[in-house]
Formats: sequence, C-alpha cells, structure tokens
Amino acid sequence: MEVINIESTPKTPMVHFDPERGHIEIRGRSIPENSLEFYKTLLDWLEEYGNAPQSSTNVEVQLEYFNTSSSKCILDVFKALEGIHKKGKTEMVIHWYYEEDDEDMLEAGGDYEAIVTVPFEKIAIEEED
Amino acid sequence: MNTGPAVAPETEVFNIEMDKELDLYTFYDSMEKSNILLSFKGEITSDLLTSILQIIESKLDNFEEKSKTRKKVYNVLVECLQNLYHHVDEISPETNVEATTRSAIFMIGKDKEKYNILTGNFILTNNIAKLTERMDKINSLSTDELKSLYREILNNDQFSDKGGGGLGLVDIARRTDHPLGYSFKEVGGDYSFFTMSIKISHVS
Repeated sequence: MEVINIESTPKTPMVHFDPERGHIEIRGRSIPENSLEFYKTLLDWLEEYGNAPQSSTNVEVQLEYFNTSSSKCILDVFKALEGIHKKGKTEMVIHWYYEEDDEDMLEAGGDYEAIVTVPFEKIAIEEED
Repeated sequence: MNTGPAVAPETEVFNIEMDKELDLYTFYDSMEKSNILLSFKGEITSDLLTSILQIIESKLDNFEEKSKTRKKVYNVLVECLQNLYHHVDEISPETNVEATTRSAIFMIGKDKEKYNILTGNFILTNNIAKLTERMDKINSLSTDELKSLYREILNNDQFSDKGGGGLGLVDIARRTDHPLGYSFKEVGGDYSFFTMSIKISHVS
C-alpha cells in the first residue's frame, strides 16, 4: 500500500496516511466547493487499509475551518474508520484537536463523537495568535 | 426582452449626462456609513471565492478581531458564498438562461456590535414557499434543537450533489445568536430576488 502525502492548499487540508505506521493525519482547512472529489481518494485508501490494518491505528484531525460540504465527507472518513475498528484487528483512537477558545470546533468534535463508535478524544491546543 | 430587476431612476448609478461630472460620492458615502468592508456583484466562481475569502481573512487579521469572532465570521462567509456558488449551478445548467440570473451580490459590513452579511441572488419564484419554510423552521429552533437537527442531517444518507446535504443554513444559524433575515422580490420571468441577512455579534 502506498503512503498518501497531500500538501495543503488554501482550500484543502494536508493529508498524511501511512499504512506501515498505522498513521492517519488530516490537518489544515477543508473548504473546497465540492469536497467529494478530494475525499474519495482518502476513502478508497481507507478501504484498502481496512483489509490489513496495523495492530494500532492513530488518527489525528486538526482543522482550522471546514465547510458543510466537507463535514459529510469527514463523517464518511470516520465511518470508514469505524468499520475497520469494528473488525477488531486494530486498536484505534481518533484525536480531534481544537483551539482552546474555539467552541464551535469543540462542538463539531462533539457532533462526530456522538455519531461514531470509535474512541474519540477532543484535545484543546493553545491559540496560535 | 429584459427580465432583469428594474432600477428606479433616482438610484441609477450611471445616469451620466455629457456636461455633468461623474460623481460616485453619494454612493461611496452610503457604503461608508454602513461600514461596508467588501462588496461584490457579479458571477460567483471558485477562484473569486478564494480571492474574497483571502481578502476577508486579511481584513479580519488587521482588525485584530478575537479569534472566536474571526472564525465565526469566516465560517459563515464560506457557507454563504458557497451557497451562492452552488445555487447558481442549480438554476442555470443550460446557457439559454438569462445572464442576470447567474449573477449574485454580496456585502459584508461591521459596526460596533456586530458584523453584517448580506447576500442576494435570483431564485425561481416557485421555490419561495419551500425556502421560506426552511428559514422559518431554522429560526424557530433553540441552540440545542439546531445541534440535533445538524447531527440528524449530517448522519442521514442523503447527499446533495455538492455534498452538503442541506446543512449550510443550519450551520450558519448555529454560529450566530441572531435569526436569519430574508426577503423576496419578484422580478419577472419566473424569477425572484432573494436577499438574506446574517448578523454575527462580536464574541466576548
């Protein structure tokens, strides 16, 4: 399986998926007008990863902004991870990072936590400005 | 036949007579008084959205706005502008639709208490009832009810073509304490002009 390394753009996040280390990372902004295209690659990759996951999978999501088009796609990513987790072959935690003052982003984490069964941790980080 | 919006003679901007000087001052002054930070009228494209968002971001930085307020305003803008972008797609897939219906207008202003966002775009008159119902419903919900509605739409399997599935207005409503303002004006030829107003108070 290939590593995915996508650089961030003004509207799309940085993505780093490493099958050997079981490392799944999405950081930056996700505000493309049509996010289905962007996230399809990630979903395809996750499907393949699910067939032979590492014994432990670490998921890190740190987004500054995401639009509603992305929010559905992000849920799809989490649901794909949930499917993998349910098979019982990998320990998994989803780490959701938010700036400590950003209640909206904390709430957004709560939205996903309420829907997805994978262990979910919301972690506050210090504001960068 | 021109089915675009009628402009009352006294508000025509370009009513220039040969011996009169061009004077945009009145227009400029009214925008100043409303503290308009940015406005745009025309066809919304993906590149344009990127530019508008970059300009707004840098203005918000310059105001040294609190991070919370900045993020709210920016998020709401993304949703509003992308709504305009997607909506134009939906009503004019063929090129035989009047050029004016692809056009939209957007303004953002700021006063001591809040940011004011206004958008305007053409919609089919037949869609007014449905849209009114949605806006009224969203305006009637409490913060918790909005959260539940958002999660419900997020989690259902229906995708709109653009992937948002009807979340946009709920997302905007969640981020502001003010109800969403709106009005419609019939402009002829099956179309109406839909104005939406969003207010975001400075977060303390």
